[in-house]
Amino acid sequence: MRQYLARRVLQAAVVLGLVSLAGFSLLHLAPGGPAAIYAMSPTMAAEDLDRITRELGLDRPLHVQYLSWARGFLTGNWGRSYRDGRLVLEVITDRVPATTVLMLSAFTVAVLLGLAAGIVSAVRQYSLFDHLATSLAMVALSIPTFWLGLMGIYVFAILLRVLPPGNIGTVGAEFSLPDRLWHLVLPAGTLGVVMVATWSRYTRASMLEVIREDYIRTAHAKGVAGGAVIFKHALKNALIPLVTLAGLQLPLVFSGALVTETIFTWPGMGRLFVDSIGYRDYPVLMGLLMFTALLVVLGNLVADLVYGAIDPRVRLS
Amino acid sequence: MSVAHALDQPMAPARPERLSRIVLSRFLRHRPAVVSAVVILLLGLSAALAGHLGLGDPLHIQMSHRFAPPLAKGHLLGADELGRDVLSRLLHAGRISLTVGLAAMAVTVVIGAALGTVSAYFRGLVDAALQRLTDAMLSFPPIYMLLALAAFVRPSLGSMTAIIAATSWMDIARMVRGQMLSLREQEFVVGARGLGASGARIMAHHLLPNTVGIIAVAATLSVARAILLESYISFLGYGIQPPLASWGNMLNNAQSYFASAPWVAIFPGVMITLAVTSFNFLGDGLRDALDPRHVESRG
Repeated sequence: MRQYLARRVLQAAVVLGLVSLAGFSLLHLAPGGPAAIYAMSPTMAAEDLDRITRELGLDRPLHVQYLSWARGFLTGNWGRSYRDGRLVLEVITDRVPATTVLMLSAFTVAVLLGLAAGIVSAVRQYSLFDHLATSLAMVALSIPTFWLGLMGIYVFAILLRVLPPGNIGTVGAEFSLPDRLWHLVLPAGTLGVVMVATWSRYTRASMLEVIREDYIRTAHAKGVAGGAVIFKHALKNALIPLVTLAGLQLPLVFSGALVTETIFTWPGMGRLFVDSIGYRDYPVLMGLLMFTALLVVLGNLVADLVYGAIDPRVRLS
Repeated sequence: MSVAHALDQPMAPARPERLSRIVLSRFLRHRPAVVSAVVILLLGLSAALAGHLGLGDPLHIQMSHRFAPPLAKGHLLGADELGRDVLSRLLHAGRISLTVGLAAMAVTVVIGAALGTVSAYFRGLVDAALQRLTDAMLSFPPIYMLLALAAFVRPSLGSMTAIIAATSWMDIARMVRGQMLSLREQEFVVGARGLGASGARIMAHHLLPNTVGIIAVAATLSVARAILLESYISFLGYGIQPPLASWGNMLNNAQSYFASAPWVAIFPGVMITLAVTSFNFLGDGLRDALDPRHVESRG
């Protein structure tokens, strides 16, 4: 086990190294490079541009720049934002709470609804409900999140006027929980739709597999009540592989959150990324790429470890 | 039919059912997939014939028709903020979006199949390196990576296709590798090797053809993904640039015109959803048809 853990952590470190290399070369080899934003300014003289390039260290060879960035990254110095000079780590961590709230609420909705739909679908396979639910799930997986959000705004904020069209809370008002929750409904619902679809599909497939097992037939034969078989015997085992889904889903959830945050002017990391692209704010972009990739790699590692811990049939070695 | 009656019938000559027949009949049983195939055909046709349907120029600006509602002033689906015909723009945008979707799929399949094959063939260090690269690429949230790429290249059909393919090949590479690793241990490969076939020949003639099924399914699903990704990037303003229309960039400013002209925001989204859902269902149907083990877990 300890050996397994060591190997996985080592692998994760290698992956993150590659992630940083890919991200860094991507951003720095782009046309114009990091100084492009300054070059675009009409009042910028050539010598000033040279000076800025030198001060930012952008005239050094790429591998030197990368090494100095990597050293900073490992020691917690992720550089300063080109936009306002604040520390990148600080700029990013400022945005973490909003994204976390959004993702966690969408996740909760998705797991509850998705599990319920998936269980019913599996127990009543090929019923009308099953056909409807599986088809709806496919459509939900295919709707562009940004358009779903726009339609949500159109229906609930413009036509019905029951929900706010955006922002994390009423502008200028003091913090209040009901107000925050009110503003959370549409964005979390929008982000949740794709996740509900994924969870219901996986739950259905996993339940269908478990229901055919011998021990389920044994339970039925012993005279255990139908509901108890489904929830105590089948569901418990069907849930095990779903643990990894939470980890696997993370990259897509980050992507969905980026779009959702843009539509609903939600002050999270996704919007920070979109804004930073507009400002060509390389240090923040690089920081966000690394930060999200780090969370994804960690998420997968934790999911695998939990999987091994709760399923005695799986031996991590 | 009674047994005696059945015995009266002349015996049909014993002929093995052709595999393609079985696959086709299985596919036809998947109703959503069949409907989707028809929808895709129609979408493709309407995009191809967009210029010949008498709908007018999608770029023709006529300010007197600004925000004409559906059915008014000769605009079946209304007009946008510059008085351009929405239906004509939708069909022309379909050309762009479908082209990017199909082209990105083709490039994705080539990169994915090539890297998967190389991984499975050389194994060892090459495989390990490629697997870690795949892990790294899978660690980026797809939109983050795409936006970062899209923001720094000159947007065009070609560059959109390239960056979508560059960030989508991982699944196919994994699948092809997995399939080949399990195939290469089977008897017919051992047999071919025993007959003196070279490694390259085994790869090209014995292994690759056996992955066509899973590649076809993955390719169909990757069209759906590419259309979706293109719409995200174009919506955020870093993809296909106006005045050229794509389904994504038609929604660029839709949010500002909601209250007065909701049709400008509704129809492009319906087209994206229709196209993406259809390709997803088609992929599902293909999977059921090509892989008997998957029939049970349809959904």
